[in-house]
Amino acid sequence: MSKEQELLIIPKTYKNYVGGAFPRTESGRYYKLNSLDGKHLANVCLSTRKDIRNAVQVARKAQASWQNRTAYNQGQIIYRIAEILSGRRHQFEAELESLGYSKEVAQMELESAIDLIVYFAGWTDKVQQVFGAVNPVASHHFNFSRQEAVGVVGMLAPEAPALLGALAMLLPNMVAGNSSIIIASEKLALPLCTFAEVLETSDVPAGVVNILTGKKEELVGHFVSHMDVDALIADPTLSFELRKELEVGSTSNLKRLHFWATGCTVDEIHSTGKSVIENMAKSAKDPYRILDVQEVKTTWHPISE
Amino acid sequence: MILDRIPIDAIGVQERVDRICSRSIKKESKLQALDLALRMMDLTTLEGSDSAGKVRQLCNKAMHPYTELPNIPSVAAVCVYPNRVKLAKEILKDSEINVASVATAFPSGMSSLEIKLDDVRYAVEEGADEIDMVISRGAFLSGDYALVYDEIAQIKEACAHAHLKVILETGELGSLEHVRMASDLAMEAGADFIKTSTGKIQPAATMPVVLVMLQAIRDFHHKTGKTIGMKPAGGIRTSKQAIQYLVMVKEILGERWLTPDLFRFGASSLANDVLMQWVKEKTGRYQSLNYFSND
Amino acid sequence: MPIHWEYAHAPESTDHVQYEKQYGLFIDGAFTHYDPSKSFDSLNPATRELLYQCTQADEKDVDAAVKAARKAYEEHWGSGKGSTRGKYLYRIARMLQERAREFAVLESLDGGKPIRESRDIDIPLAAAYFFYYAGWADKLAYAFPAKKVTPLGVCGQIIPWNFPLLMLAWKIAPALACGNTVVLKPAETTSLTALKFCELLQDIGLPNGVVNLITGPGQTGEYLVNHDGIDKIAFTGSTGVGKKIQQSIAGRNIKSTLELGGKGAYIIFEDASLNEAVEGIVNAIFFNQGHVCCAGSRLLVQEGVADRVIELLKQRMATLIVGDPLDKNTDVGAINSQNQLNTIQRYVDIGLEEGAECFQCEGNIPSSGFYFRPTLLTKVSQSSTVVQEEIFGPVLTVQTFRTTQEAIDKANNTPYGLANGIWTDKGSKIFHVGSQLRSGVVWSNTYNKFDPTSPFGGYKESGKGREGGVQGLAPYVHLESNVEAEI
Repeated sequence: MSKEQELLIIPKTYKNYVGGAFPRTESGRYYKLNSLDGKHLANVCLSTRKDIRNAVQVARKAQASWQNRTAYNQGQIIYRIAEILSGRRHQFEAELESLGYSKEVAQMELESAIDLIVYFAGWTDKVQQVFGAVNPVASHHFNFSRQEAVGVVGMLAPEAPALLGALAMLLPNMVAGNSSIIIASEKLALPLCTFAEVLETSDVPAGVVNILTGKKEELVGHFVSHMDVDALIADPTLSFELRKELEVGSTSNLKRLHFWATGCTVDEIHSTGKSVIENMAKSAKDPYRILDVQEVKTTWHPISE
Repeated sequence: MILDRIPIDAIGVQERVDRICSRSIKKESKLQALDLALRMMDLTTLEGSDSAGKVRQLCNKAMHPYTELPNIPSVAAVCVYPNRVKLAKEILKDSEINVASVATAFPSGMSSLEIKLDDVRYAVEEGADEIDMVISRGAFLSGDYALVYDEIAQIKEACAHAHLKVILETGELGSLEHVRMASDLAMEAGADFIKTSTGKIQPAATMPVVLVMLQAIRDFHHKTGKTIGMKPAGGIRTSKQAIQYLVMVKEILGERWLTPDLFRFGASSLANDVLMQWVKEKTGRYQSLNYFSND
Repeated sequence: MPIHWEYAHAPESTDHVQYEKQYGLFIDGAFTHYDPSKSFDSLNPATRELLYQCTQADEKDVDAAVKAARKAYEEHWGSGKGSTRGKYLYRIARMLQERAREFAVLESLDGGKPIRESRDIDIPLAAAYFFYYAGWADKLAYAFPAKKVTPLGVCGQIIPWNFPLLMLAWKIAPALACGNTVVLKPAETTSLTALKFCELLQDIGLPNGVVNLITGPGQTGEYLVNHDGIDKIAFTGSTGVGKKIQQSIAGRNIKSTLELGGKGAYIIFEDASLNEAVEGIVNAIFFNQGHVCCAGSRLLVQEGVADRVIELLKQRMATLIVGDPLDKNTDVGAINSQNQLNTIQRYVDIGLEEGAECFQCEGNIPSSGFYFRPTLLTKVSQSSTVVQEEIFGPVLTVQTFRTTQEAIDKANNTPYGLANGIWTDKGSKIFHVGSQLRSGVVWSNTYNKFDPTSPFGGYKESGKGREGGVQGLAPYVHLESNVEAEI
């Protein structure tokens, strides 16, 4: 037997991440994900509306208890994600390289991803202080405004950067108290799928983050029409048609729709990856994105004897 | 009828509960607690499928919980449906173990007062020493306290010599303040014991609920001099929980209430856990259920 | 037949805990050698036995520490990235969590507080403060909109013996987050967890000189306050010493924050949840042996419920276990020192002389160490010494009131202003009374609750400045106008 045959690796099957479990797409369909030079890397789930349906169900069930955890506890969990990712960074760098990244850009992306997680971990117990308010109304009332989660949020990750672009969408939502369903980059799906394993081992409660792979064109319509999704996040590098579909379709239940510039094209990450990552890392550190996916609740109470 | 509403702060209650649960009961004090817990147990079977054989099994366990060690006490009572009282009484006739019967259209209580009274009388005639009744929760939640009071008073009368436990079904009452009100109501109307639950719904007995009920008993004693008993039922599976309840009784009511005459555990699987802990304390080895009878 | 059921001793195990018998100082990232020529003993207050010995930092030592702090500040810490500072603070928080049990045991051995308190409150809260301020290190622009934020430089910090590690966390975490370096003096009777903390700093790789520790008595603190190389002094302790410090720094352009004494009022209205209010009293004045600056030490109870409250309180006091701090069942541990024990006794004697009536828990208390029974003093008035002055022990004075305004007036009638408590079922009364009370903290239907996000500090002679929350950053930064931001 040849050396290669003796050292035969066990390739990983890539699956979705829904409700803290790793199911295949309900449809059984797949698409081939190849490296830049055409080598077959993985068969990735081609998700359907039923996968979105299932993910929304578990996300809804998980949302209230995520929101009701103390900010301290949420911060601890998010920091733990950084700890686990940090320990596994080399695996992720290798995965990015297999997708065509240069070693340098891969390392930069992991460094920035870990930093970004630590950054947002530190916001959980500060958002209310910075963005909430006690309002000096002109009557004998104690009046205060709190930031509250909008609920279940759907996201379309940009095609690139493979991990950072998605995290820049996920993290503000976690801090906001929302539960998330994110469609990974189509061409560079793998790191986000592997990231699901990091979430699962970081005490992130089941259903708070759900990751699906597939083709955006097929899935956008189901996202926008779903009446139990409260908000949608997409990157402006989406095609005009898809953007229009989002804007028109989200009116069905008045979803809050936001375009966050967290990404770029696959070509850009391979050509000018360094500067792209540098800029993304900075612009992603934006707490105002948290406000985009929150509601303000204002409460009154009399002040009297 | 107007009931005083005692304000209760649930967070404050939870903090007191947490302090009680942080007590570390070890060595001799643990053995003492385990002994007490066994002697306070009402071994219970309340299933539609309770055949004569099932009841016989339960009574045997009540009399002989564990034969491998000496000085294991027997339990306080068995608790069955009214049509199993006679059999239980017969089997237990040479022991000190009481027979308690549920009654009053247990567990829902959704029937006429006449039928509920007949249910009680039947159980008493069959030989029940203790009657566990349920209050009318629907009436309570709609504010008809007079009706709830009258029912309890009349059922107390129908009990004759049997002592009356009033089940509040705290899991349906919705708030600790309601639990307190229902406790006060039951005691005013003549309850000998107030009891948390039927064990048929969730949540059954919880520590905050039991704390509030013990405080109600304390205040009632302060007001009237009467000593009323308390029984948490349902959801008590481990010795650890049982011991925490005993700490609660000691610190809220005092050692006077640490007796089966004034405190009972309504439980079924608790007995084996208490026995396993007992044997572990004596031998130093963690135990396996294989060595304890599972009737 | 009623039984007698007592809880057996449940001692916390100490054989996994490691500490030295003799300690030097911690300067520029390293421990100096223990110096027997200038040492002082630290006792275990539960047994009066010698626990360990420390080195007294003299003027030269203090100078070395301040210089090390200055060097670290200038070379990298003051100008470096906030996210880097944050990462070090996160590491501290995490390692404190990992070593929590050891720190808790040492805290109880050294200071006398029950292991249940150190284990469940002191240590976890200390870690939480580091965690909270770690997150601010790279977000200061959001705390001070339209301002250019810079650190102050070298901060001298002096902490007390009642919550040794927690007070250390309250001081060091915000200081470091904002880019300052620190020279900290722990209290003379409780240096141990601070010294262990410095070992932790070595293990996490904190750069040399960022945190320096000088142990010693009040004199060491004076050297620190009088050193010209510090930019700020932060002090928690008695009002008397606080005033002296203010005098020492006058005219020297040194910023200061002071957390001083208190004489909190604990107000129970007739519509309060009485059982929870009584439990709150235990929190307010008996736990931690009453060694709490914000203790609710003056009970003000509405006359209609006064008798019932006192009765319930006495019943609750009867269940308090006064004993060995390392017993997991102990509720009230040892008084920190002979000095403090004498002080408490003296106040109770004065109270009795002035006509008070005294109720104390019965039952056994150990004779081996410094112990004092939880005490109620009734038949006192607003002018009684025991009502005016801070006792700092498990002693509660009891007064009644009739109207809301009377309660407010009595609560405010003190030169102190640290904390007050309000117990009522009525929300609007909480907001009304709360808005009238002149104290930095108002606890409603709860007491002695602390959280890193919640600012804490006093009005009037209870001090100035706040610790915790966004407001806790302000004492550690210099703010300049940011011309670009002011459009």
